[in-house]
Amino acid sequence: MTDFLDTLQSRSDLIQQAFFEHIYLSFVALAIGVVISLPLGILIARYRKFAEPVIGITAVFQTIPSLALFGFLVPLMGIGSNTALIALIIYALLPILRNTYTGITSVDSSIIEAGRGMGMTKTQVLKQIEFPLALPFIMAGIRTATVLTVGIATLATFVGAGGLGDVIYRGLQSYNNSLVLAGALPVALLAIAFDLILKFVEKKATPKGMKI
Amino acid sequence: MYDNNQPILTKLFLRKYLILRIYFYKTGMSNKIDIRSYKGVDAVIRFDRVTKQFVDGTKALKNVSVTIPTGKLTVIIGPSGCGKTTLMKMINRLEDSTSGDILIDEKSIRNRDEVELRRSIGYVIQRIGLFPHMTIAKNVALVPTLLGWTAEKTHHRVNELMNMVGLDPDIYINRFPLELSGGQQQRVGVVRALAGDPNIVLMDEPFSALDPISREQLQEELKNLQLQIHKTIVFVTHDMDEALKIADHMIVMRAGGIEQTGSPNEIIHKPANDFVRQFIGLDRINRQRSFGQRELSELSAYFFQANTGQQIVSVKDSVDVSAAIELLGQPNTDVLAVYHDEEFIGYVNQSGLLKAALAMGEGVSAND
Repeated sequence: MTDFLDTLQSRSDLIQQAFFEHIYLSFVALAIGVVISLPLGILIARYRKFAEPVIGITAVFQTIPSLALFGFLVPLMGIGSNTALIALIIYALLPILRNTYTGITSVDSSIIEAGRGMGMTKTQVLKQIEFPLALPFIMAGIRTATVLTVGIATLATFVGAGGLGDVIYRGLQSYNNSLVLAGALPVALLAIAFDLILKFVEKKATPKGMKI
Repeated sequence: MYDNNQPILTKLFLRKYLILRIYFYKTGMSNKIDIRSYKGVDAVIRFDRVTKQFVDGTKALKNVSVTIPTGKLTVIIGPSGCGKTTLMKMINRLEDSTSGDILIDEKSIRNRDEVELRRSIGYVIQRIGLFPHMTIAKNVALVPTLLGWTAEKTHHRVNELMNMVGLDPDIYINRFPLELSGGQQQRVGVVRALAGDPNIVLMDEPFSALDPISREQLQEELKNLQLQIHKTIVFVTHDMDEALKIADHMIVMRAGGIEQTGSPNEIIHKPANDFVRQFIGLDRINRQRSFGQRELSELSAYFFQANTGQQIVSVKDSVDVSAAIELLGQPNTDVLAVYHDEEFIGYVNQSGLLKAALAMGEGVSAND
């Protein structure tokens, strides 16, 4: 235990830097993932015949083991944080995409027809009915993607993108268990913290009338 | 905003943005004026040789021509799959016709903007259809908001309508739909359709999901409401009791065509054909008919096969009882031979009719 605390103290610079790199990687990947998959999810909910193939492609990406994906990307992209970001974005896509699609398609069709029948435009139906009603699903997708991304970002170290994986890897190489722990513990805490925060946001996102 | 340090692109962007906003504002205004000018006092809906064929080839409507009168509650009724809902949804262009035309006040709706048209027509759907994430006030205010009414006018209208259906606005407007009972929710559904003060209101089996007690209450309320508002209401249902109870005018449909139109009274007393007769149901017809209006075919239990009389007159079984009594009252007739088409069914005489009258006493008293 004292070993661990000593390590934390002596390596605080390294850990701190890795911690912020980790957050940076996770967040940027997540933000871009949302920007891509949210509109895409809405789009495939509109044009349903594209839904199967699009979700299928992202699902195939998801099945590639994360280490292998990083491996594939290195010859194409070289090393560095961009490579790591792309891999992380690819992983973030599926949960958000699928939940957005599911959320929007699961809105009761009679409610949508009521909206259309009363003279709402397609955009109004999307903004005022479909999106608010799908929001809890979408938030759940983002939550899954966040936890996933924070975890997988640990592997960014192998493409030289830093992050807390750096700390863990260094610890492993030098048989320094305290250092491994000093990397692993913040990752776990980070994932749990984000999960809790987003759980709260998800709850807030549920329209008031739906909670009854 | 336009200080000289700003890059040229930003300036351009800002300028463009302002222009766009002005443009949208103007088009928005002109829309509103259009809607008012379309609202005539009358609202006669006329279908002119309308055919609807779905993409899969099924014909939902076959060359339908019918007029829905203004200011009345018109019920479209028929078995499921007869095209009644399709017919109704054509009025607000949720479905478009394959051929033929639909006219409101003799103006074709084919070229009218769908969104603008729908805002001028109230719409109540099967099941509830309220937006669960919006309060009752927001649900009811939907069309007024879309039409761009002022907040004050909208608020006033919402309160007025809620009071009209007996829901205290102070209690209910800030609640959510799921906090209300089914009957209350559908009251709100009706109110929401009336909010934009449309001349036409479409109702697609609005009460079918309710329990029998609330259903009867709402039917009663709708009838009373219509006495105050005199809208052109188009009400789709497959429930004959409901139709007979609320309709001013009925359209009976089968398999994409119209079998009969008329008041509930006409439909019951003069069914145009066997289908309508069957669809109304013998029980309902009898409940409404006096014994004298019944047909001989309904009394076959009182026929006899061996002839006992001397003077026989042949009649069809579609002859009604009062006509049969008339015949039997003549001096040269004491037995009727009843035929269905060309086939002999049996004999009947005065005492047979009397026995039938006694047995069907209920039917006699119901109309006295």
